[in-house]
Amino acid sequence: MDGEHQCLCAQKSEEELYPELDKIIDEHRGKPEDLIMVLHKAQNLFGYLPKKVQEKVALGLNVSLNEVYGVITFYAFFTTVPKGRHSIRVCLGTACYVRGGQGVIEKIKKDLGIKVGGTTEDRRYSLDVVRCIGACGLAPAMLINDDVYARTKPAKLTEILEKYE
Amino acid sequence: MEKARINNIEIEFEEGTTILDVAKTLGINIPTLCHHPDLIPTGACGVCVVEVEGLPTLTRACTTPLEKGWNVQTNSARARNTRKEVVELIISDHDMDCLTCIKSGKCELQELAANLGIRELTYPKYTDKKPVDTTSVSIVRDPNKCILCGRCVQVCSEIQTVNALTFAERSSETVITTASGEGMGNSPCVNCGQCAVYCPVGALYENSSVEAVWEALNNPDKHVVVQEAPAIRAMLGEEFGMELGTLVAGKMHAALRRLKFDAVFDTNFTADLTILEEGTEVVGRIKAGKDLPVITSCSPGWIKFMETFYPHLRKHVSTAKSPQQMFGTLSKTYYAEQKGIAPEKIVSVSIMPCTAKKFEALRDEMKDSGFQDVDFVLTTRELARMLKEAGIDLKTMPDEPADDPLGEYTGAATIFGATGGVMEAALRSAYFLVTGRELENLDITPVRGLKGRKEAEVDVDGIKLKVAVAHGLGNARKLMDKVSAQLANGNCEYHFIEVMACPGGCVGGGGQPWGSDMAMRARRGQTLYQEDKSLPMRRSHENPSVKAIYEKYLGQPNSEKSHHLLHTHYFKRSQIDGKVVED
Repeated sequence: MDGEHQCLCAQKSEEELYPELDKIIDEHRGKPEDLIMVLHKAQNLFGYLPKKVQEKVALGLNVSLNEVYGVITFYAFFTTVPKGRHSIRVCLGTACYVRGGQGVIEKIKKDLGIKVGGTTEDRRYSLDVVRCIGACGLAPAMLINDDVYARTKPAKLTEILEKYE
Repeated sequence: MEKARINNIEIEFEEGTTILDVAKTLGINIPTLCHHPDLIPTGACGVCVVEVEGLPTLTRACTTPLEKGWNVQTNSARARNTRKEVVELIISDHDMDCLTCIKSGKCELQELAANLGIRELTYPKYTDKKPVDTTSVSIVRDPNKCILCGRCVQVCSEIQTVNALTFAERSSETVITTASGEGMGNSPCVNCGQCAVYCPVGALYENSSVEAVWEALNNPDKHVVVQEAPAIRAMLGEEFGMELGTLVAGKMHAALRRLKFDAVFDTNFTADLTILEEGTEVVGRIKAGKDLPVITSCSPGWIKFMETFYPHLRKHVSTAKSPQQMFGTLSKTYYAEQKGIAPEKIVSVSIMPCTAKKFEALRDEMKDSGFQDVDFVLTTRELARMLKEAGIDLKTMPDEPADDPLGEYTGAATIFGATGGVMEAALRSAYFLVTGRELENLDITPVRGLKGRKEAEVDVDGIKLKVAVAHGLGNARKLMDKVSAQLANGNCEYHFIEVMACPGGCVGGGGQPWGSDMAMRARRGQTLYQEDKSLPMRRSHENPSVKAIYEKYLGQPNSEKSHHLLHTHYFKRSQIDGKVVED
């Protein structure tokens, strides 16, 4: 990724990031064709794409807010909710799916009360689905941050999640 | 010309013509759903699938050009079964409360299911109720009815260039929505209602005031007056099975009397008045060379569009209120005084081919009478529903005139309902206002018709007036871009510009009968020009009731009193949510 726009969301408050966003937008002002690139950079900066960021991008690039919203919701990469401190990624590649990955997801959804792509209100966890992490022999597999969990059993999940404050 | 076969019938066709269109020339109607003659085909729904002999997969007839040597089977077993399957799948995502649906009997999906003989459903019934969007004062959007055909998105983005509606999410999660799902009332939507006109099902419709009007009519303490826009008389008949283009002005007045309105007036009266106010303003500004060009202000969809996307042009827009709003103010001032009725007892109702008029009536500044000037706005469709509920058949009504003193009108007023009409009416009177003589040839044909942008040059006693007309907001956008660029260079070629938000003008408004296309809009427009030609007076300044109101009440056009009651001002709005913002 673009080195000068690394995610600063952990160190700075959201308000402090807006001048950075203005700089990004200035480089692409009035260029609707740069929309995806700008959204990419903006998400790197904020960690997600809140409504105010969408509005600034729309006005800056001279595209409708609708188009911005359509693009963001179309691509799974973009998110309008901030990520949690701990990122749970459950694999639903073929092997993991066959060996019960969906059950893992359902249990986490129920425990945390969020949907796939969602973040808990306390921003402790966010939940995403990934397609194959190259650990098919360990199916169903799950990642929490950089920790790999093999042969995950739904019954064990509550205990596992508790470890991540 | 090339040759191919459809259902084994040989046909010559022009290269590039779609299977759907070629089939039509053979009298073969391939079922469609997302397709609409006014819109670029997208092939979104898959209902129009046909089998081309020798091709491995089925083909969408609306987007596929016919090719030389093909034999197309429109009703092969595979095509028929697939088509039914597609419609069943669409229905499985659709809330089937047809009996209580606003579109019942006029729904294209209902008709299609009936035509295809779908009698039972293999897929589970739709149960996932989503909230209905009632944030807009003009338009309601019910996602439970939406079949994702995309017509509304197309018309909103491509034809109107407003971009209030969009597709969002993807795959089975796909929805049509406003940005962030904030609702149409919190979007740049200008309330034109073209989305509702093109929606094949009951997913988009007017925010109705029918019940409120019934309540007023049944309240003995209220004096309920009604006005009808010029275009209503050219379209209301369609709702009662009358031939397209039937002029029903007299029957409309009679039917409204039978609904027990206390006074049946006519917006055409204030259309004539608008010409005097706006025409005087135009002539004054041309003489002074100030803030040219002048742009018309009758179309509330255009006004909100201008406030949102072209706020720098506000000083160019005529300050004259729209005929609806002039009427509203006068019904609670002039009429109230003349009749000795307390204005708070008056309920002012308008019948409009328009959904944006609902928004206009509720604008904060539209209270110059001391009350909300127009209380309720009904679309053509809502009036038809009320008449049907009351058992009043328009066809059997006698022809009756409107009441005095707000009912008399000239031919110049009636053509307000068609694109170019306001311009033509204004020029007829502007000529008189400048020269003191009457314009001989009243038919200013270059500004008539459905061309998106029209221009004309009119010689008024040696002054060459350059005028332009745009209808449909995409056309207006192109014209305003040109005007903005010319103004930036300090020399705009135009003196006077008419803009109507809806393609075709008011006869193509968001409140017109369901199931219309551009050809129907054109036909209604012709009806208005025919009425114009048939009327004894065709110049607004000849209207005796207009002369009377100036003598008795307003003084002169653009007098202080006129300015107070009949003129308005404009705001700057956000492109994000359409709300008023500080300059």
